Amino acid sequence: MKFAATVPPHVRPRTSVTRVMGEVLLALVPATAAWVWFFGPGLLYNMAIAAGVALACEAGALALRGRAVLPQLQDLSALVTAVLLAFCLPPLTPWWITATGAAFAVLFAKQLYGGLGYNPFNPAMAGYVVVLISFPEAMTRWLPPGGGTLGAWETLRFTLTGMLPGNLSWDAVTGATPLDDLRTQLSLARTVTEIRGGELYGLLGGRNWESIAGFVALGGIYLMWRGIIRWQIPVAVLLGVFVPATFFWLINPGAYPPPTFHLVSGATMLCAFFIATDPVSAATSRAGRLVYGFAIGVLIFVIRSWGGYPDGVAFAVLLMNMAVPAIDHFTRPRTYGHAG
Amino acid sequence: MAAAGRLDADGTTVSETRLWHFHGGLKLDSRTARPASEPLLEIPVPPRLVLPLSQHVGQQAEAVVSPGERVLRGQPIARPSGYVAAKVHASSSGTVVAVEDHPVPHPSGLAAPCIIIETDGLDEPWEGYEALEDFNALDGMELRARVRAAGVVGLGGAAFPTAVKLGAGAGLKMLILNGAECEPYICCDEVLLKERPEEVLAGAQVLLRALEIDRCCIAIEEDKPLAKQALQAAVAAVGDTRIEVVSVPAIYPEGGERQLIKVLTGEEVPARGLPPDIGYLCHNVGTAAAVARAVLRGEPLISRIVTVTGAGVARPRNLQVRLGTPIASLVAACGGYTDEAQHLLMGGAMMGFPLPDDSVPVVKATNCIVVATAEDIQPRAPAMPCIRCGECAEVCPAQLLPQQLYWHAHAGELDRLDEYHLFDCIECGCCDVVCPSQLPLTQYFRYAKTELWARDRDRARSDLARDRFESRRARIEAEQETRRRRLEEKTRAANAARGDEDARKAMIDEALERVQARRDDDRADEGK
Repeated sequence: MKFAATVPPHVRPRTSVTRVMGEVLLALVPATAAWVWFFGPGLLYNMAIAAGVALACEAGALALRGRAVLPQLQDLSALVTAVLLAFCLPPLTPWWITATGAAFAVLFAKQLYGGLGYNPFNPAMAGYVVVLISFPEAMTRWLPPGGGTLGAWETLRFTLTGMLPGNLSWDAVTGATPLDDLRTQLSLARTVTEIRGGELYGLLGGRNWESIAGFVALGGIYLMWRGIIRWQIPVAVLLGVFVPATFFWLINPGAYPPPTFHLVSGATMLCAFFIATDPVSAATSRAGRLVYGFAIGVLIFVIRSWGGYPDGVAFAVLLMNMAVPAIDHFTRPRTYGHAG
Repeated sequence: MAAAGRLDADGTTVSETRLWHFHGGLKLDSRTARPASEPLLEIPVPPRLVLPLSQHVGQQAEAVVSPGERVLRGQPIARPSGYVAAKVHASSSGTVVAVEDHPVPHPSGLAAPCIIIETDGLDEPWEGYEALEDFNALDGMELRARVRAAGVVGLGGAAFPTAVKLGAGAGLKMLILNGAECEPYICCDEVLLKERPEEVLAGAQVLLRALEIDRCCIAIEEDKPLAKQALQAAVAAVGDTRIEVVSVPAIYPEGGERQLIKVLTGEEVPARGLPPDIGYLCHNVGTAAAVARAVLRGEPLISRIVTVTGAGVARPRNLQVRLGTPIASLVAACGGYTDEAQHLLMGGAMMGFPLPDDSVPVVKATNCIVVATAEDIQPRAPAMPCIRCGECAEVCPAQLLPQQLYWHAHAGELDRLDEYHLFDCIECGCCDVVCPSQLPLTQYFRYAKTELWARDRDRARSDLARDRFESRRARIEAEQETRRRRLEEKTRAANAARGDEDARKAMIDEALERVQARRDDDRADEGK
């Protein structure tokens, strides 16, 4: 009897890129729900626009590069990029801004480098930084913790046209993020305690913002439990924020918010569990991931405290993306039977 | 690993059976079609035995029989042609019908020289062996000679000549018997330990004597409690305190010698070294049993236990099989193929390789035959690009960076592969299993290794060619030099003779005669 040739090992791979990306999307569901609950459906509109543009750009680029389009679209990586980008944008963002970010992320930050697996920079963060510096004003118009005055329909209309209903002014509709507010108020020589008495603030960080951060962390813990991400990067990012924040807070609690404030504000949690953990652009060894994550955390704190932007996640991640080859080089693990 | 209160090499007391971990590895479904509960079945001698001359690591043996010759069971039919080599014995009595190429179980799928015996059904034993009264009367060298005469090789799958390994040198700390099979499907060692623990134990005692040491550890995976109980009972019955039975966690590839040593001792075998370099020697439990039979009963290695399993055979079980029996006979003894039979493998699910057809014989290294279905072995999904998730490095028992190796292998950067220790890869396949991009990493590494070997061979060949060219040039120069010198001498002689007319004339005549003689010769040649 004759038999077919095969190649060992004969045990099936346990996972796939599609499953990894799918789990990431699943893990973001609670945070998305919380976001919509507190701030209205703007996030969903942004997600839809970003996803449509990202998938179209991915498909177009793959076709131009002569690659199999459908199998590679099924890896869901473009969708993850789009969703993470949407999480960084204010709920009230005109569609062309979202589209610009998504297109840049997929075309320039990913496909031009060779597509999935070859991008040195986190595509979502690259796309976000492009819109952050191209549309600085629009990127500061967030909603007040109550969700603001626009309904679902009016939000959609704004997203599609970029125009507020006639009788409303920007001030009536939008507000600063807690990080932004804290920064402005500190520059007016108020103390952290005074500032945090305002109604924008909650128990640890911003009101409602802190709950969303909690749901993001929950999703992250789910990913660790499912073995999609390992603990090193999230823990290192959080420590990287926590350690310097604690140090400066202890020295001058009037001018520096407590470390817990940093952990639940802005995109710290999203960065720790979903952005810095993007395997393609992160360091790969265990030690390297600790270094990489910790440095991102420290940079986030530095940019927030002394830099030009209220939150520094995107810049911190992109800066450390550049350092990844060096980190990988210096943290190569010792091979069995070889001296250190 | 050490028993309570025992002192280790540094003289410090170590706690009871302390175990270490090796990096990475996988928990595999160890119960996968492992027919260990079925009793061992001895199958009859087949009508035709095919015995490859090379069933071991090292030089191929030389046939000492020729077609037409009658051979008896256990009679040597091929002798080792070097130090790292092993004898081959007739597995039963009969007539040698051919010494020719026949398909053999090898990853290359090629044919190799084999001795083919038509058996006579008498199974008549050869009288050249004798049992041993007391092995303690023999020293290490004599015991090793008996092991070598019996053609024993490592039965765990590597098939390295056992006698060579036993000559590892002095100063060993501990003998390790490896009963950790760890791959899905394989359970020949488990069945051996359950059914014939006393044979393994006797082997351990013989090996301890041969190595002149007094510490042996037999490692069995913790998911084989019956095998462990049986062996422990046998050890207790003999009361040999030198031998300790240890349960080790069932993590693949724990059966790898380097991984097992790490788990038992916490020490690592140097990358370019061997276990004896750090004082340990590993043998498979099946090898120990074969050593016991060889030394105590004078029985050469002519049969072994083979696991026959998979959803493609009707009744999976372990068989005691004569070497040289075609795989088809094994499957027939297990009730034949089922309708779903699609793939035939030798070895386990992780490192086993495909066999093109079932006419190939059982050899010394055949521990397991898997008949798998299309459901068991599905074609791989198309590979995606590496997403650098690093899971491969997390599971690599050699602590390599498979993704980095893949990157360089893919780019054809052979020099970088050495830098990333490609040759420390044991091809266990763990990285393949966890790769979300479904990359055939192990296959890449096998390919890269052969490329590097080929390059080194090419380099050696061109070095040789250059050496030959240079020595040829040197030889030609030397010849020209001698010719020149001879001519000079002749000229000098002629000049010296110029004064003497007679001598000069004689010299010319002589030369003319030589020319004439040559002409005559030429003419004679033409005439032929």
